[in-house]
Amino acid sequence: MKETKLIFEKSHPGRKAYSLPPLDVLAENVEDLIPPAYLSKEAPPLPELSELDVIRHFTNLSKLNHSVDTGFYPLGSCTMKYNPRINEELARLEEFLHLHPYQPQETIQGALQLMFELQQFLAEIGGVDKVTLQPAAGAHGELTGLILIRAYLEQQGNPRSKVIIPDSAHGTNPATVNMCGYELVEVKSDSRGGVDLDSLKALLDEEVAALMLTNPNTLGLYDENIDVICQLVHEAGGLLYYDGANANAIMGYSRPGDMGFDVVHFNLHKTFATPHGGGGPGAGPVGVKEKLAPFLPVPTVEFDGEKYYLRYDLPHSIGKIKSFYGNFNVLLKAYAYILTMGSEGLKKVSEDAVLNANYLMRALAEFYELPYDRNCMHEFVLSGRKQLKESGVKTLDIAKRLLDEGIHPPTVYFPLIVEEAMMVEPTETENLETLDRFISVMKKIAEEAAENPAALKEAPHHTPVRRLDEARAARQLDIAWKPANRGS
Amino acid sequence: MYPEDLKYSETHEWVEVENGTAKIGITFYAQEKLGDIVFVELPQVGDEFSREDVFGVVESVKAVSDLYMPVDGRVISVNEQLEETPEVLNSDPYNEGWIIEIEIKDPKQLQELKDAKEYEESLDTE
Amino acid sequence: MRYLPHTEEDRRKMMDFLEIEKVEDLFDSIPKKLRFQGKLQLPGPLAESQLRQHFNSLAKKNMPLSKSVCFLGGGAYDHYIPAAIGQLISRGEFYTAYTPYQAEVSQGTLQTIYEYQSLICLLTGMDVSNASMYDGASALAEAAWMSHQINRLTKVLLPETVHPEYRRTVHTYARAMGLEVVGIPRRGAVTNLEALQKQLDDKVACLAVQQPNFFGALEPVDRLGEMVHQTKKGLFIAVVDPLSLGLLARPADYGADIVVGEGQALGNPLSLGGPYLGFFACRERYVRKMPGRIVGATLDKEGKKGFVLTLQAREQHIRRHRATSNICSNQALNALAAAIYLCLMGKEGIKEVANHCLQKANYLKKGLQSIKGFQVLYPDPTFKEFAVKADTPWEKVQQQLLKGGFLAGPALSQYYPEKDLANAFLLAVTEQRTKEEMDALLNRLEVLS
Repeated sequence: MKETKLIFEKSHPGRKAYSLPPLDVLAENVEDLIPPAYLSKEAPPLPELSELDVIRHFTNLSKLNHSVDTGFYPLGSCTMKYNPRINEELARLEEFLHLHPYQPQETIQGALQLMFELQQFLAEIGGVDKVTLQPAAGAHGELTGLILIRAYLEQQGNPRSKVIIPDSAHGTNPATVNMCGYELVEVKSDSRGGVDLDSLKALLDEEVAALMLTNPNTLGLYDENIDVICQLVHEAGGLLYYDGANANAIMGYSRPGDMGFDVVHFNLHKTFATPHGGGGPGAGPVGVKEKLAPFLPVPTVEFDGEKYYLRYDLPHSIGKIKSFYGNFNVLLKAYAYILTMGSEGLKKVSEDAVLNANYLMRALAEFYELPYDRNCMHEFVLSGRKQLKESGVKTLDIAKRLLDEGIHPPTVYFPLIVEEAMMVEPTETENLETLDRFISVMKKIAEEAAENPAALKEAPHHTPVRRLDEARAARQLDIAWKPANRGS
Repeated sequence: MYPEDLKYSETHEWVEVENGTAKIGITFYAQEKLGDIVFVELPQVGDEFSREDVFGVVESVKAVSDLYMPVDGRVISVNEQLEETPEVLNSDPYNEGWIIEIEIKDPKQLQELKDAKEYEESLDTE
Repeated sequence: MRYLPHTEEDRRKMMDFLEIEKVEDLFDSIPKKLRFQGKLQLPGPLAESQLRQHFNSLAKKNMPLSKSVCFLGGGAYDHYIPAAIGQLISRGEFYTAYTPYQAEVSQGTLQTIYEYQSLICLLTGMDVSNASMYDGASALAEAAWMSHQINRLTKVLLPETVHPEYRRTVHTYARAMGLEVVGIPRRGAVTNLEALQKQLDDKVACLAVQQPNFFGALEPVDRLGEMVHQTKKGLFIAVVDPLSLGLLARPADYGADIVVGEGQALGNPLSLGGPYLGFFACRERYVRKMPGRIVGATLDKEGKKGFVLTLQAREQHIRRHRATSNICSNQALNALAAAIYLCLMGKEGIKEVANHCLQKANYLKKGLQSIKGFQVLYPDPTFKEFAVKADTPWEKVQQQLLKGGFLAGPALSQYYPEKDLANAFLLAVTEQRTKEEMDALLNRLEVLS
């Protein structure tokens, strides 16, 4: 496969890919309008290209990607389900795409109605009382949620100093705890993969502000003691934060609010089928129980019986966590998805997601170690320990081998509490043939690991590039192209 | 893999003592566990640390690890070569890969460190 | 059921394999009393055609920009978006991919991010850029946090001329992080240097200045940079309008240590405020304290050039609670749009767009000087946006303009209670506005007065 040149290497002085209408006002000297001290001496040295150059460059680059549209993507914890096309088309309607955030509210009633209703849908699905759509991603939702908890506890008289997370938690949880000025305390997992109750009891005291939990957790397991956990934390005066990363498993079956959680975030780009966009944009709305509602970021979207409006006069609000009202164009797709599926549909989504995961888990347990042998929810974690021990094949090698089969590997080496972890999340939108093919490929790889481990270590062979030298990338840092003759 | 003339800490640092000063680095085991080391955050000459204080950080591609003081001490030199070529921590952890040199505050603390044999045995139980 | 491929027979087959009677059996770990009873109260399901109808009915209650003439500003602008951008970012290979964890099959996303980072560096003159943040406001909050992580100081100086929503965002973050935010009053449209001087001490973590600022005015950034650098460790954060850099001095040239800004103007639709992207660049010496994803170039085992996520040891999945930030994504698709925009415009285009904005805004500003009942508020040089004060109440002005199909604002009084800003508002002029539209706006205002 040929090397893809950088766009900068295709630049040719004088080429243009833009057109502007003639300037229809009298042009004045720029220096007469802006004192020279404020001006740049030269234009930014951006590349000069034709429109076809640009189209061809990025089209060719796109072909180097694996995507949901092109292949199976069982990346655990990421819920890589199908992204419905109708939602994309609706999102591009000019009546939604070309709205300025500061337009008079009477000119965006349809958009506000959509947001108001989405707040209500999410509150219903999550079993909470009120929702903010402002957070831009799951991690942003976590940050918002913990800031809400801090604000609430401060009003109660003491913000407290510690937040507990399980040892199986996603890295954003501890990072969020630190950003919010809390001390991190880890609680162990028990032998069934849930929160170890004795450890939790030992950690709970008057300094614990909150417990952050994903349920089902990062092992894909529903914590059977969740009601006890919530009760214990509440009795100690702490609050419960629900990380919604895994909500695809429980729609219509179990609601975080009913479990006892006070604050919940939703990943619309996971559970509600909005595209991941190569890493974003997503949306991470946060729902809360009534007692935390006064602290939500401003504005909230409200309805007074006649018109929808943005409400700013919330004296206890934590303020803003980004500009404007959230990733509206992402919210819109989630809203469309919920309407398409309806109540029964969402329940069926969770059922099929869980069915697919269990089907794969039981089939693959024949070839790979299954550290927690119980029904999983929408995802499960295998260990490559056996392959490592018996033939020196690492989970990384297995992952790379999958690439040659046109399958995106599971999430690997996470959660940290499982050695050589492989976290598989098929999602509900994959058919039986795809699942069966994945099983047969994984079986074949297990056999290769036993028979010809050396070959596995060479994988992948058929990808646009082969294994990349990550150490070199970090040691000889090259993170931006620079013109060769750039003056300083 | 574990030179006998060195002392070892439980957190996988080695100590080479010489006339009241000591060089400190990380052990073969530590570098292997971390994988390809890509960055070392060094303290400044003159910094003072107590035993078990974090005096620096080593980063590999997939992991990050704090460096802990095996004994109390004041930094008298740092291995600046590591800023350019952190990989010597992988290729030569005991010589080229030394990290800091300190003035030892309390020589008695050295006795609490492990010798090569004890250290190697402790690894078996990790 | 839509999007669910299984037939009942498929499900039966799978359940037989699992030796279960019904799917509910797989949910047995949910305690009985927590099992949701009944039905979620949600509308739907809707067929695709019904969904479209529903959206059409909602759409009718919105007034898109094509039905108005937009002079609205305040951090989101009606710039032209070349058609090629929408076409390219609509490719499923880009938008249905996830974060490029498996580099071998993500070279498309990785290379575009590398190119995006490079373009941001070319634009700002900075050494390094990350893969983007949620938006301009959150990028500024993260920059303040990064300053604290670099110098361990806690005093964040934030002039009142910075976008009010950005300031509010910084306050929200800072309060949780234990940083102290000190507002610096304005003098007219720009930062009050004497007031700033009084706050300069060795506790200063950073000073953040917006260029052009919320009033559209140009701040004396050279001077401001010098001032904060006179403190022991204080860093200079510049918040910039990326398109203005077609004309205005690059932040690197006036001493910025960290540069952030809202990238919406670079080929991203207004979309009622999001999704946008926050760009984030800094000096190379601070790269290990930078939040967010970073893509780097390297070689594969056969010596071929390729790209990977790099310096990951900064990030939450490795450094956990000591990560530089909790962010674990970027606005990849918006950053891609920005990269394509910058490639389409090129060296000449960005200059020309900036010049059109400047010249047209200047035309409107001059025209306003002869309209009774309206005053251009400040004499400071501006780029594409400026503040105007009306003698009549803002609400009336806004309504009258709206009747004529004009959008203007935002109003300044909602953010600044000071008397001198009562009935004051912003007007922004992008390259999209025509002389005809501006003359019509002036006529409308004339009638109003």
